[in-house]
Amino acid sequence: MSAFHTLSVLVQNQPGVLARISGLFARRGFNIESLAVGPTENHELSRVTLVIEVESDAVLEQITKQLNKLVEVIRILEFDPGEAVRRELILVKVRADGRNRSQVLEIAEMFRGRVVDVAPDSVVVEATGGYGKIQALLMLLEPYGIRELVQSGSVALGRGTRAITDRSRYDKTPKSERA
Amino acid sequence: MTNTVLSDSTQIMTGAQSLVASLEAVGVEVIFGIPGGAILPAYDPLFDSAVRHILVRHEQGAAHAAEGYAVATGKVGVCMATSGPGATNLVTGLADAYMDSVPIVAITGQVNSASIGTDAFQEADIRGITFPITKHNFLITDPAGIPAAIAAAFEIASTGRPGPVLVDISKDALSAKTTFQWTGEVDLPGYRPTIRPHTRQVQQAAKMIGEASRPVLVIGGGVSKADGGAELAELVAKTGIPVVTTLMARGMFPDSHPLNMGMPGMHGTVAAVGALQRCDLFIALGMRFDDRVTGQLSTFAPDAKVIHCDIDPAEIGKNREADLPIVGDAKLMMAQLIQELEHETLQDLQPWVTFLTSLKERYPTDAGDPSDDYLLPQEVIKRIGELSGPDTIFATGVGQHQMWAAHFLPHQLPHKWLTSGGAGTMGYCVPAAMGAKVGKPDSVVWGIDGDGCFQMTNQELVTCALNDIPIKIAIINNESLGMVRQWQTLFYNGRHSNTDLHSWRIPDFVKLAEAMGCVGLRAETPAEVDMVIKQALEINDKPVVIDFLVHKDAMVWPMVAAGTSNSDIKVAKDLAPAWDEEEL
Repeated sequence: MSAFHTLSVLVQNQPGVLARISGLFARRGFNIESLAVGPTENHELSRVTLVIEVESDAVLEQITKQLNKLVEVIRILEFDPGEAVRRELILVKVRADGRNRSQVLEIAEMFRGRVVDVAPDSVVVEATGGYGKIQALLMLLEPYGIRELVQSGSVALGRGTRAITDRSRYDKTPKSERA
Repeated sequence: MTNTVLSDSTQIMTGAQSLVASLEAVGVEVIFGIPGGAILPAYDPLFDSAVRHILVRHEQGAAHAAEGYAVATGKVGVCMATSGPGATNLVTGLADAYMDSVPIVAITGQVNSASIGTDAFQEADIRGITFPITKHNFLITDPAGIPAAIAAAFEIASTGRPGPVLVDISKDALSAKTTFQWTGEVDLPGYRPTIRPHTRQVQQAAKMIGEASRPVLVIGGGVSKADGGAELAELVAKTGIPVVTTLMARGMFPDSHPLNMGMPGMHGTVAAVGALQRCDLFIALGMRFDDRVTGQLSTFAPDAKVIHCDIDPAEIGKNREADLPIVGDAKLMMAQLIQELEHETLQDLQPWVTFLTSLKERYPTDAGDPSDDYLLPQEVIKRIGELSGPDTIFATGVGQHQMWAAHFLPHQLPHKWLTSGGAGTMGYCVPAAMGAKVGKPDSVVWGIDGDGCFQMTNQELVTCALNDIPIKIAIINNESLGMVRQWQTLFYNGRHSNTDLHSWRIPDFVKLAEAMGCVGLRAETPAEVDMVIKQALEINDKPVVIDFLVHKDAMVWPMVAAGTSNSDIKVAKDLAPAWDEEEL
């Protein structure tokens, strides 16, 4: 049975790292559902969040093992749904004129979205949230007519004090305070 | 070794000088390569260096020679090429080294950093091209980064699971001035191979071995890389467990040992294949369950629990689920296992050994039907092995002759067997033999090659002739692409589409050999075989090529057809071994 998994991958911030990771997925036939990459608290490091769909735990294990073989990969965490906060961002351009603009705004507000651009016959709504929330928002906006949609990859962070760099050379916590 | 460029103190020099000084510092003795535009700055300081540079005739030859050197010596092989086509010509050799975990470092010139990405003359993104076929690679555009990249490249290539590393250096980085400083230290926060196996896992392995009544040790190339021959011998002496050696591990355990069941797989012996199919405990050491070994995975070793020890965790559970995974170096694993087995009492393995020994006796590998009228390829290869000394190193090409060489050469000692396993690279033989001879000049080095393979890379014999590298090449000339022809005979109704090479006629290999500065010999009848082999063994000042005109319909048996079960192995066409008559 296939399932989605979120991997958080700490990598050295060097040119070509993303190409290595995406190339690895392509050539070994692994599917990427979403991918987000960006800088971290440490300029030497980047963090890649991957949402992947796999058919079995064996495939997930193979993906993490192959990723770990990349010399620039420092650490990989797999987030259990309850233990991490996940967010994706959308910008969606919805048809809305004087007759129904207020309805669209009301929907956006219900989802704590913001209107970031207004034109005579459209609005651009910005919203963040987990996968389910974003899907629900899009479902409600659909009837008005979605002109354009862009969506970021999912980013995720573990809940609680612990960090991906714990007990690594990048751990900034004084030794006396470490768990 | 004298360092002509390297000084004890920090000094100002060009990036190219820094490169050569780094190669000297890391202990490089020889580089196989060809200069060209972008790498040109590096060849100037190389001219003065104690590092020997061997000018090859094709970059593919440089990469395979680096592999041959590495396998024969256990050191890192080095090749060098210019940008663009020079670099892309290395690709086959890099892919080969990646598949067979051979430690080599490739150094390539790149166009000026300002021109990268502009489709400049002789520009190719060799780093991007080699992402999937190197263990790691670097693009260096700052001369200050050269020493650290070289130190890291050698560290990565030679440790953990070995493999090829490419260092691409832009021409401006080679030309610019820099401060050379060699620390030899390597800072790779994401690279921490697990070398020492987990004690509890090894204890568990000992326990499983104690419970098994039909165990088998399946030895792969990892045992060769770990140099685990002595530990393996001790482990077998202590336990009496039968051994199967994969293609990459031939020679790691002597073929003459009664417990060696031979090579498994598509062209494995019945005893080896039978051992895997009937075992109750599969002890995999440094082997990766390649499809050529397993055949159809779902029916492979159906009764076996699997202990899988490999230095690369990604190999464990990739193709076959392991009941007991052990990540670590095979040599250390065996040494620990020997100790842990002190506490175990083994089952009586005699019925199991008797069963396998009976298979081994009843189904020897098919040596063909001898005749006075034609040469049997199996017999030619066997005689080369018998007439050459125990220290002889053998390299092969890929195909029928390779399989016969795997079966009929003596295979008594480690690190004497060079073959392209994972990639199956035709053309590997001549340059790999060249590299081995450079690394082990006092050993006799034979290349057992096919007439198809030989025509891919034979130009390196010119390199051999000019550089005093007297290798011996036996062309097993069946005037066809023999293995493909065999498949056509068996699976394509004998329709031999495009496998006839006509190489009894063209080229004339004897004349070709002579034209390249080698001695050329030919054998057409069984009576001539020993004579030409002895003649070749007496020549030590020139490379020798022998053209053996062999029977073209000879086939490699046993055979497990691609994608079928190992249990359906055939010992000859339509002839299966009588497994089931054996009670176990």
